[in-house]
Amino acid sequence: MSTLTTNYLTPTGREEAWRFTPLKRLGGLHNGTFKLATRNTLALTGSAPAGVTFERIGRELVSAESATDDVIVGRIHEAASEITVLKIAANTELAEPISLHRLAGGLMDAELSRVQLRIGANAKATVIIENSGDHLLAEDIEIICEPGSNLTVVSLQEWDSKTIHAGRQHAIVDRDATFKSIIVTVGGDVVRLLPTVEFKGQGASVELLGVYFATAGQFFEHRMFVDHLVPNAKSRVNYKGALAGQDAHTVWIGDVFIRAAAEGTDTYELNRNLLLSDGARADSVPNLEIETGEIVGAGHASTTGRFDDEQLFYLMSRGIAVEDARRLVVRGFFNEIVSEIGNAEIQDRLMTRIDQELEKAGAQ
Amino acid sequence: MSTLEIRGLKVSVDTENGPVEILKGVDLTIKSGETHAIMGPNGSGKSTLAYSIAGHPKYQITGGTVTLDGVDLLDMTVDERARAGLFLAMQYPVEVPGVSVSNFLRTAATALRGEAPKLRTWVGEVKSAMSALSMDPSFAERNVNEGFSGGEKKRHEIMQLELLKPKIAILDETDSGLDVDALRIVSEGVVRAKADNDLGVLLITHYTRILRYIKPDFVHVFADGRIVEEGGPELAEKLEANGYAEYVSK
Ligand SMILES: Nc1ncnc2c1ncn2[C@@H]1O[C@H](COP(=O)(O)OP(=O)(O)O)[C@@H](O)[C@H]1O
Ligand SMILES: [Mg+2]
Repeated sequence: MSTLTTNYLTPTGREEAWRFTPLKRLGGLHNGTFKLATRNTLALTGSAPAGVTFERIGRELVSAESATDDVIVGRIHEAASEITVLKIAANTELAEPISLHRLAGGLMDAELSRVQLRIGANAKATVIIENSGDHLLAEDIEIICEPGSNLTVVSLQEWDSKTIHAGRQHAIVDRDATFKSIIVTVGGDVVRLLPTVEFKGQGASVELLGVYFATAGQFFEHRMFVDHLVPNAKSRVNYKGALAGQDAHTVWIGDVFIRAAAEGTDTYELNRNLLLSDGARADSVPNLEIETGEIVGAGHASTTGRFDDEQLFYLMSRGIAVEDARRLVVRGFFNEIVSEIGNAEIQDRLMTRIDQELEKAGAQ
Repeated sequence: MSTLEIRGLKVSVDTENGPVEILKGVDLTIKSGETHAIMGPNGSGKSTLAYSIAGHPKYQITGGTVTLDGVDLLDMTVDERARAGLFLAMQYPVEVPGVSVSNFLRTAATALRGEAPKLRTWVGEVKSAMSALSMDPSFAERNVNEGFSGGEKKRHEIMQLELLKPKIAILDETDSGLDVDALRIVSEGVVRAKADNDLGVLLITHYTRILRYIKPDFVHVFADGRIVEEGGPELAEKLEANGYAEYVSK
């Protein structure tokens, strides 16, 4: 048992936010029946460039920037004694991405990791977070984009097969800032991520991109919430997933809220799923709530389908064997988003991983 | 020297009301170096013939045989037929999102040649194939058929024909949707492929205008799922003058 005192309402699975999640497989993260680990595994790869600091700060020195109604995030805020803070100073322009990775973790006890990424006004940077190995991890990443900044965060879940990972990546996006999130989930047993956005100033623009590939038994959930609180902000969501194998299960929830004050909002969200075998299940729920009619645009689309026979026929009619044709189609399907990462080495690695997932699926 | 031999070919498609027979017994023999034009009204089954020979899963073969140099094609998968030397330029080429033309071509060439082409010579090969069809080099980086105009799709098909060097090619309405310049460019590509590789061609068309550029040795009139008349190039002249009315009313 953890020593947390706050009396949270433990999810039962009947709540809207938890109705898809296999609570029994969450390692107790949702009900506090885990042993709290003392490790803090998030590390900077290499050294910090000029204008960038990476440090651990006592929680009393950092105020929480955002509220949450997620029980796991609540536990993190209460339990984590330190906050890992990455700061990019105002007006800093970084040509090379800043890389973070996770050191060896473990499954016996749970790491509750609290992180803040803060990019100063008019700075421009890309942050890549590489997750691998087996972890029992609850993680809250607050991303604070100050006015006029431009930040891309790439989050790679290349976990080993036993990882349990529940987390939030919450962006607070101020005036005229640009934020792009790319979340890739290709490994782990249960991964439940909340990419959420809170618009703080007008003229801001956000892109939430993601890819996931679940094979037999894996559960991957991506639950967005984009809160248009202020006028004239733009959001785009595009998630693509593939599933193969018995009980592969993915969940995509796209909640977009356009509040009464948010005139001039422009939003579009898209989720596409490729079902590569029987026995897999993709849940896809776009949800748009609109409190003002004075908007530029609001739309959503969601599709779940199998291989396109015409595409396979076209490729095979050029001599390409069926497995290679499938691989091309799947790579092409993911390429639209993977190519946005902008790092050839990582893109190649992910495409190779996607090939491997497909091969695993074919062997089943 | 290659021979594609179609004997008594019958083909059905599945519909809500059960299978419907589209091809009602087609006989045709095409040899290397020959050009056969198949002409017929819309809906007569020309594309069905093309797709069935190439092995599209939508079509059920209910009778007859198709062999290439004596080997049964109908027993082969789609890719095996292509590797045996068959090529189909499609009436409606398919978009493959996220797959670049250069990646697609290299994968196809690797499959057909049994080994990856040497990178240095390959790049030159693709460049010259593209410039021969007046295609901008930037095409190589675009996704297969995605956002291509009708004419660009057809140039892309014929570029593949030149690059992949099949023994027998079926061209399904390659001329449709092309303006005069594009028609000439695409036709010259077919003529080059014939000259370079002694290609046998089955040219499916609705109109006679492409036959000014690609001279047929034989013309077959197709109506209601079978060949109803055969002759030399003069038959095309007759169709030009009289249309298909005579065959449709039968
Ligand atoms: N899936 C299908 N279901 C029902 N009828 C079909 C289907 N596919 C083709 N057909 C019919 O088969 C006939 C021949 O079509 P097609 O081969 O495309 O003709 P063409 O290429 O000569 O215009 C048409 O009457 C068409 O409506
Ligand atoms: Mg047709």
